[in-house]
Amino acid sequence: MLELNKDNFENEVIKAAGTIVVDFWSESCELCLELMPDYQRIAEEYGDKLKFAKLDIKGSRRLAMSQQVMGLPSFVFYVDGKKSEHLSGEDLDAEELEKTVKEFYEQA
Amino acid sequence: MEQVYDVIIIGGGPGGMSAAIYAARGRLKTLILEEKRKAGGQARTTWEMENYPGFKETTGPELMENFREHAVKFGAEFKKETVISIKPSGFWKIIKTKSGQEYKTKAVIVSTGAEPRILGVKGEKEFRGRGVSYCATCDADFYQDLDVVVIGNGNTAIEESIYLTKFVNKVTIIVIHDQGILDADKILQEQAFSNEKIEFVWSSVLEEIRGDELVDRVLIKNIKNGEMTELSANGVFVFVGTVPRTEFLKGLVRLSKFNYVETNEMMETNVPGIYAVGDVRVKFLRQVITAASDGATAAVAVEKYLEQEEYWRKNVMEVAEPVLVVFWSPVNQDSLKLLGQLEALKLADKGVKMVKIDTYRNKLIADRYQIKEIPAVIIFEHEEEVKRIVQPSEPEIEDFIAGVVTV
Repeated sequence: MLELNKDNFENEVIKAAGTIVVDFWSESCELCLELMPDYQRIAEEYGDKLKFAKLDIKGSRRLAMSQQVMGLPSFVFYVDGKKSEHLSGEDLDAEELEKTVKEFYEQA
Repeated sequence: MEQVYDVIIIGGGPGGMSAAIYAARGRLKTLILEEKRKAGGQARTTWEMENYPGFKETTGPELMENFREHAVKFGAEFKKETVISIKPSGFWKIIKTKSGQEYKTKAVIVSTGAEPRILGVKGEKEFRGRGVSYCATCDADFYQDLDVVVIGNGNTAIEESIYLTKFVNKVTIIVIHDQGILDADKILQEQAFSNEKIEFVWSSVLEEIRGDELVDRVLIKNIKNGEMTELSANGVFVFVGTVPRTEFLKGLVRLSKFNYVETNEMMETNVPGIYAVGDVRVKFLRQVITAASDGATAAVAVEKYLEQEEYWRKNVMEVAEPVLVVFWSPVNQDSLKLLGQLEALKLADKGVKMVKIDTYRNKLIADRYQIKEIPAVIIFEHEEEVKRIVQPSEPEIEDFIAGVVTV
């Protein structure tokens, strides 16, 4: 999966065409780690039409904040470089994530 | 394929894992169903773990990993499953999971714990991940040198506020109580009151979370005079207690007004063979050590339950001939005398099986048949009670026995 950082974020996400999902995560976020294998599986399943990426906020905190991400886990959906959905919260599960990915997949 | 166990534990927090350690060590076939990949429950997301006896310095995740390894060492199995229902089917309980699996077990220990309570104020949902948080260890990083408010004043709220001060510029704790009153332990209160980065707003509740793309201010209501104040804040951390995870138990076991499971001191619910331990049950103190204690109690209670229940099934319920069950106790003289009389009859030769139930040791069965006075004798045929006699006089015994032998 594409690993994002402050050097490639602009080109890979903001200036990119199509739908890109970004998983903002960190080592200290238990729920992020819990969701990671599910996200990996979802990425493989829907990878033919959507692009999946992840961003470790360690060292990229300001970048995350510039994307209005102030809490983890956060999955942000970009369509042609524009933010169009932001999933977050304690009760976020793989099911809800996949449901949203599917919606974007069907429109892509 | 059907998967059969002696005991299935629902939820792999400290309560469930302690129960697993005791049950598996007691040679019961034990399975823990945990919905997360990593066991540990709420304790897994708590960094500071200062009061678990024998561990002067440890963390929640580390302690929980020790619990898990300990349970596995004795042979407990773990599976990643979310339980959606428990259905009693006679002696057996059938557990269904979200993934479509079905498990069959003789006993169930519910240890699903509790989850953080949502406040339900305007803006709370909208700003999730954009300034509203329920986890300081996850999100503290974002608030370097910024101002945050904390809602709540229990142990978690105060602990997490102190943790947040390592990152943020200022923490303002919104407290519903009068000035100076916090629900948290004294030691935490002292730390909070002496922390220069912590401020308090008393007698107040959060009314609304406001902002544009991100949270930038909150609306606070003074509950004494109804006055509304706006406070600028970059983040809102909510720690207003927890709610039990008992949705799947509704209509099955007795719950309290606030949906916690009601148990007795043996961790039994009102349904035989279903137990509850840890934060999910009605109790005074919700800590790792009390959850662990509940787990040990429940596992031993399950062992006894299975012993008694299986003895009863094997010797009374599943027997073709009539069974004469004598409820007795070694400390009751009358019951000893009656036993002697019955033994002398050599009932077995006459096609009647005799089973003795010590009412002190096997309370489960005695209670099921509402045996209040002993000696008592009940005759069972094909699982049904057909005749009963309580504290019989001598002529009554003779009459009764005459009846039995012709049964």
